[in-house]
Amino acid sequence: MRYLPLTEADRRNMLSVIGAKSVDELFKDVPQSARLPAKIAGLPDHQGELEVERAFQAYAAKNVSPSSAPFFIGAGAYRHHVPSTVDYMIQRGEFLTSYTPYQPEITQGTLQYLFEFQTQVSLLTGMEVANASMYDGSTGASEAVLMANRITRRHKALISGGLHPQYRRIIETTAHWEGFSALAAKADPEGLEDLIAQVDKETSCVVVQNPSFFGHVRDFSQLSAACHAAGALLIVVVTEVVSLGLIKPPGEMGADIVVCEGQSIGNGLGFGGPYVGLFATRDKYVRQMPGRLVGETVDADGKRGFVLTLSTREQHIRREKATSNICTNAGLCALAFTVHLTLLGEAGFRRLAELNHAKASELADRVSSLPGVKLLNDSFFNEFTVRLPKRAAPVVEALAAKRILAGVPVSRLIPDDPAVDNLLLLAATETATEQGMGPLVAGLKEVL
Amino acid sequence: MVQSLDRSQGRIGGAAADTSVASAAATFTGNRALQIEEPLIFEMGQAGRCGVDLPEPTKVKDRLNGLRRSGEIGLPGLSEPQVVQHYTRLSQKNYAIDMGVYSLGSCTMKHNPRINEKVARLPGIGDLHPLQPVSTVQGALELIDRLAHWLKTLTGMPAVAMSPAAGAHGEMCGMMAIAAALEARGERARRKVVLAPESAHGTNPATAAALGFIVKPIPANERGRVDLAALKAALGPDVAAIMLTNPNTCGLFESEIVEISKAVHEAGAFFYCDGANFNAIVGRVRPGDLGVDCMHINLHKTFSTPHGGGGPGAGPVVLSAALAPYAPYPWIVKDGEEWRIAEEGTKAEGAPLGRLKAFHGQMGMFTRALAYIMSHGADGLRQVAEDAVLSANYVMASLKDVMSPAFEGPCMHEALFDDSFLKDTGVSTLDFAKAMIDEGYHPMTMYFPLVVHGAMLIEPTESQAKEDLDLFIAALRSLAERAKTGNAAEAFKAAPRFAPRRRLDETLAARKPVLRWRPSNNPPEGDPMKQAAE
Repeated sequence: MRYLPLTEADRRNMLSVIGAKSVDELFKDVPQSARLPAKIAGLPDHQGELEVERAFQAYAAKNVSPSSAPFFIGAGAYRHHVPSTVDYMIQRGEFLTSYTPYQPEITQGTLQYLFEFQTQVSLLTGMEVANASMYDGSTGASEAVLMANRITRRHKALISGGLHPQYRRIIETTAHWEGFSALAAKADPEGLEDLIAQVDKETSCVVVQNPSFFGHVRDFSQLSAACHAAGALLIVVVTEVVSLGLIKPPGEMGADIVVCEGQSIGNGLGFGGPYVGLFATRDKYVRQMPGRLVGETVDADGKRGFVLTLSTREQHIRREKATSNICTNAGLCALAFTVHLTLLGEAGFRRLAELNHAKASELADRVSSLPGVKLLNDSFFNEFTVRLPKRAAPVVEALAAKRILAGVPVSRLIPDDPAVDNLLLLAATETATEQGMGPLVAGLKEVL
Repeated sequence: MVQSLDRSQGRIGGAAADTSVASAAATFTGNRALQIEEPLIFEMGQAGRCGVDLPEPTKVKDRLNGLRRSGEIGLPGLSEPQVVQHYTRLSQKNYAIDMGVYSLGSCTMKHNPRINEKVARLPGIGDLHPLQPVSTVQGALELIDRLAHWLKTLTGMPAVAMSPAAGAHGEMCGMMAIAAALEARGERARRKVVLAPESAHGTNPATAAALGFIVKPIPANERGRVDLAALKAALGPDVAAIMLTNPNTCGLFESEIVEISKAVHEAGAFFYCDGANFNAIVGRVRPGDLGVDCMHINLHKTFSTPHGGGGPGAGPVVLSAALAPYAPYPWIVKDGEEWRIAEEGTKAEGAPLGRLKAFHGQMGMFTRALAYIMSHGADGLRQVAEDAVLSANYVMASLKDVMSPAFEGPCMHEALFDDSFLKDTGVSTLDFAKAMIDEGYHPMTMYFPLVVHGAMLIEPTESQAKEDLDLFIAALRSLAERAKTGNAAEAFKAAPRFAPRRRLDETLAARKPVLRWRPSNNPPEGDPMKQAAE
């Protein structure tokens, strides 16, 4: 077996040093009834690299790759071009095969890029401080609500109807099992919601998304003022982080906690994960933050270095009193994010955002000019909602049969609300081309 | 003197402390051959530089609701070669499995095969959108189901929830499933107590507490196992579950596990097994045969998905028949010849506990783990457990005369030592670990589990050749013998001396947190970057 260096002679030799006759003796603490005498039946034996690769190629061949089809799907995960440098860097063994920087003297590489990452996230969101990343945006949103509950010592979260429905479900699940209340507003496809009147003295936080799940771009300054007047926090979720290159950041709208899905920068679609959650807040709340934090310090020679810090918040120190049970971040995905964003820089990131907005504008104009199709958005970044003259799910299926990946029928994520049955979410990023948009518009025309 | 923060100690050409390498090996740049001092990207950027070439966007009318971002974001501009050099230099400041023995116990730093990386990136796998029509992702769903089949078969459990993003997330999932089962029985309000050994991972109490359970510790016996009598005494109508790692965090198999699970079930409670150490028993023991109700599997440990500097992981949770109905959305079903995903609102046979993560779980980790599993096969996985246990016992046997094993008898995949061999030497566990760095090794896990004084937890894994283990053992023997001379404390305290950085001031970092770069926080005075600028 190519991964196992010990030879039979090594094993015999090692057993004799140990003073055991066989490896079975080392398992003597396992109750006899639970010891399997031989390998588990019904599972195949080991295979060579060639056979393994072929098996995965066979799985891949049963899927439609976005690179081989017109593609306009978003809804919380976005297809962007990732420069080759990014994937090369994250596959360097020193990054790929290291672990949590518990020994800072020999993990300065990881620690420095996480410090840079925290700075980049603070800048993008317009916030004062960011952590070293969360599992993803969706789990980060629920952690943000828990953090707001800790800070305000209140137990009622208001959830916007513009929040991604799966994010909402995760917060509701957490609320149910961890014992707080999560009041979700009705789905808001038109972008007309105003939650200010619902904020009261029991509200711990209001969770909104910008652009919303349906694509609307909103200013939450008044909502944040209302939250603060009531002693509540404003949590702003961003599922398309590229939008921050063009849209006023949540920090400038008075957000207290910002959670972003960072997948768009550096990380491929990967069928939903692993992604990277960005999590930022105000300095005064830093000790209530979940997740890891990297801080600057000096070494014994006075040289600048970085360490994991403020770990008295974390489970390995605080155990049942920890701010969260989380013990990993999304290190390698955070590396992909930070390498890509460093390549982009100020000019590239802004231009990328402009390109996305331009492509989506073009797509919105073309699709909404089809008979019976209505664009619901006055504002959007790279994704918008259209109302079709018929149910969206079969339309998407019909287009998939033509190998056109046409967007997400809203009913897939909100299955229990007939009012959204005809709604289709469409996204266009810098990867959209005429070779994609042409067939999409023609295909829609045909099936509608 | 060595530990002093007097920045003049680090200055090039400054006075040399006897143990300071910085001055002895002073260079003009502050670099030391392959070790290149590297500024932050924010100190390197120049307006007008960019590492990408993007086309000019078509001019369109803003549809941003008047919310166009104004002012600088503040991101630095770097060209592509600068970016490549920056991250390459940073990478060279990291230790990694690819470089050698990474004995960090409890973390299972085993070889990460590159075929796994390749197949995870195949077009049609790595680039799929999670919300593509299911008719266009049939192969992806089949792949997840195939991994699920392996996980269920290897653990002897009937169901698995695939979506948790990491081990701790899997714990949350499993404990929520237990809470859901109790709720269905009408016993949730009554059963408020979760029992966990004092040696448990910190995530166990943190998870239970988050769900409103009261965590009660159960003591260990002198053999490092759960004290069965104490456990039985603690079990009552108020107990919801026990959370137990097996093999436990001392690297020992809970030999009374069958009695433990029997007692737990008789008390009407559930048995949560922390599967962090499943790598020690895969192919040789099925947790289902031990009476486990649920167990998370850290795919990055047992099944070698890369640790990536601390994530991403994946933590699927296998579930017993009693807990299977409460598994969270989503799950995958086969409907005739078609694969489907049960998502929100799907009529379920059970009572799903809700949703824990957007989309369908950590697909990139599933792909890698399945590639690892297929490469090993049923025969190879069993060998993995055997070699991991053999290697740990070999390390234990080879060091037991110079270091102090915490417990008698064979261990499983980890060799645990306490610090009694360092008594009166002036050398602490921390010092010993830092000295290992100078010898070219990543230290073992220090001070965990908490039940052992000055714990040193060594997990060699199955991936090291015997000759590499022999050198590692010889290095530790040499360090232990040097410590025991009684006059080496100062040298140990000065370690590491040859790493990219010497010991870092963690107190300063926590007392005055600097968590991001700002234009005002330039490199400190003694930093070579500062001197280069001067």
